[in-house]
Amino acid sequence: MYTEELTIKAAAAAAKREENIKKSVPRMTAEEKNELLAAYHPDHNKDQSKTVLIGKNKGDKVPSELWTLLHSKSRISGADIGAEPEISAEVLVIGGGGAGAAAAIEAARAGAKTVLVTKLRLGDANTMMAEGGIQAADKDNDSPVRHFIDAYGGGHYAAKKELLKKLVCEAPEAIMWLSKLGVEFDKTSDGEMITTHGGGTSRKRMHACKDYSGAEIMRTLRDEVLNLGVTVTDFTAAAEILLDGDGKAAGAALVNMETGKIFTAEAKTVIIATGGIGRLHCQGFPTSNHYGATADGLVMAYRAGAKLIYADTLQYHPTGAAYPGQIYGALVTEKVRSLGAKLVNADGEIFVHPLETRDTVSAAIIRECKERGKGVDTDLGCGVWLDTPMIDMINGEGTTEKRIPAMLRMYERCGIDIRKEPVLVYPTLHYQNGGIDISPDCSVTGIENLYAAGEVTGGIHGRNRLMGNSLLDVIVFGRTAGISAAEKSKTAKHGKPSSDHICRYEKELEKAGIDTGAVSPAFLPDYTGRK
Amino acid sequence: MSKTVNVYFFGKKYEVPDDLTIMAAMEYAGYRLVRGCGCRGGFCGACATVYRIKGDKGIKTCLACQTKVENDMYIASLPFFPLDKQVYDIEKLGTDEKVMMRLYPEIYACIGCNACTKSCPQNLNVMQYIAYAQRGDYAKCAELSFDCVMCGICSSRCPAGISHPQVAELARRLNGRYLMPECGHLKRTVARVQNGEYEKELEELLCKSEEELTNLYNNRDIEE
Repeated sequence: MYTEELTIKAAAAAAKREENIKKSVPRMTAEEKNELLAAYHPDHNKDQSKTVLIGKNKGDKVPSELWTLLHSKSRISGADIGAEPEISAEVLVIGGGGAGAAAAIEAARAGAKTVLVTKLRLGDANTMMAEGGIQAADKDNDSPVRHFIDAYGGGHYAAKKELLKKLVCEAPEAIMWLSKLGVEFDKTSDGEMITTHGGGTSRKRMHACKDYSGAEIMRTLRDEVLNLGVTVTDFTAAAEILLDGDGKAAGAALVNMETGKIFTAEAKTVIIATGGIGRLHCQGFPTSNHYGATADGLVMAYRAGAKLIYADTLQYHPTGAAYPGQIYGALVTEKVRSLGAKLVNADGEIFVHPLETRDTVSAAIIRECKERGKGVDTDLGCGVWLDTPMIDMINGEGTTEKRIPAMLRMYERCGIDIRKEPVLVYPTLHYQNGGIDISPDCSVTGIENLYAAGEVTGGIHGRNRLMGNSLLDVIVFGRTAGISAAEKSKTAKHGKPSSDHICRYEKELEKAGIDTGAVSPAFLPDYTGRK
Repeated sequence: MSKTVNVYFFGKKYEVPDDLTIMAAMEYAGYRLVRGCGCRGGFCGACATVYRIKGDKGIKTCLACQTKVENDMYIASLPFFPLDKQVYDIEKLGTDEKVMMRLYPEIYACIGCNACTKSCPQNLNVMQYIAYAQRGDYAKCAELSFDCVMCGICSSRCPAGISHPQVAELARRLNGRYLMPECGHLKRTVARVQNGEYEKELEELLCKSEEELTNLYNNRDIEE
């Protein structure tokens, strides 16, 4: 429920609503965007990143919070991991989100003995929380070529082209694969996909399952993983990748999240699918991410000798809930804007095209609040209005209820009816654009028998990801990782799994005189005592 | 300044700010959660919770990440409830009512108490979707259960031992796989990709200079 003060402030948006619906703001030119991003996007905030001092990315800038994890001691430092492995697998999948589940499905289908470990439960992942949809160029006015151009330009011409090509080419097949598993995409009565725009798309290619798109995909994948008899070991985090004497991946050191017991898994191939970074709260931002998004995979892979690509670029989703406190930072799906809602400032003025790419919209909101003084102040901070009542006015009554029921419900629980009142939003930490450097077969560059897929990887999206390309990424590359690892496991040979590389890494830390006083990976954030 | 309220986690009293969710209040009180916390956004069902307001006769249910604390709330979390998930091959299932009869026969033991519906934190009409499942109307079951987060509270309240979320999951998969109309344009595009129809154009694109690509992006036409 809004305070009396905010109700009065919301009236400014309501007063201009009719007029604003008709008004269109031109999209920015490339120069305007670059200027805006340089001045206001958090990635450009130079004093919030630090230079990596050891390892493959020595000399590169990364967010300070990630820097600390990369330069900390291992959780298994000094622990005896020499005992007989408790788990033995042909394909060991680390992570129970969309990429991990898709990988496990394909590995199991290929006949590999597959074990999936996850530090919370299977499905506790950002995939579950993806609301808006999944991109695929499958309509007659569209093509993978267009999809490529949209994503490549939207990612600031930085994507690894061969990875992006794979993403767009295999997108229609990914939708088909999901449909065959029983995912219920929104369709018309004759089977046509109901699609919308996302920020920066040139064709309406966003496929959705209402605004539970990720949840619908994730619960279906989870069900299939269980149907296929994959061994799922939950509440078990991976602390380190284990390597053999030749530097090949040979397993992982695991930690029981409930008892703290450290044990090992031996595996012919290992897939890292541990997801993102949001719970590190970079630059003090709130996050839309799930509880376990603490960059574990980046840390493990880095110590094992992987290279990170674009680790300095994070995605701040423009529309995180800025009010009330109990949903602060939660995602307000981009689909709200796809359906016509516009962003307006304290004076009720539209200040940005609602479907610019995410980095641009975020920077525009920050500028509105920080420079122009046209944000709406609350006791929690500042925000702008996302004028949700426009949706039913434009598309007809009942649209909100039918197309974005999760949003309606989330705000209803706070006493706000988004069909009648606008919502306050401010950027929230949403996605890690970069990550582990991989090849199109998902193999981790430079480490044999090691694969990675999903948000933990980098290069697919360049320096900014478009809406709907991460659900797509976890399916396309998750499946590929499973297929590649299963195939490799038929011939892969390795020596005894060991943590010697951890000792070497820690010696390097010592030599460089670094002591953060912390251990990593983080596993979970610590919110104890927080108000 | 927010006010504080008294809440009881597993019977023990804590004083917490009144504007926190149950989950945030547990953390404020010092709990470092491993169980009972997942997406923190109302989608994953990890934080199923039951509570009673002191003096009230009724038991209430909610998701801890989506519900604010109230004074005199007696709270217990339900981080796990043993649901029965049947294993099946989706490709080998039909869509007649025998599917449910075979995999989840206990749904026919429903006594119509409606405790499932009353306990659903998503306000779904759970008993009704089970009724549709009994009749083999999987499309309706899927539709009514779509917003299910599989928290399992319904099953914890069911005297017949039904695993409602699993029944609904099966119905949705049957609906998505067999009952929803097939998508013609998807089929056509997949075939085009498999025939390599975009290959040449994409290869050419990959060879273009940065300047050419920038031009293509900045001047692309955008569907209204």
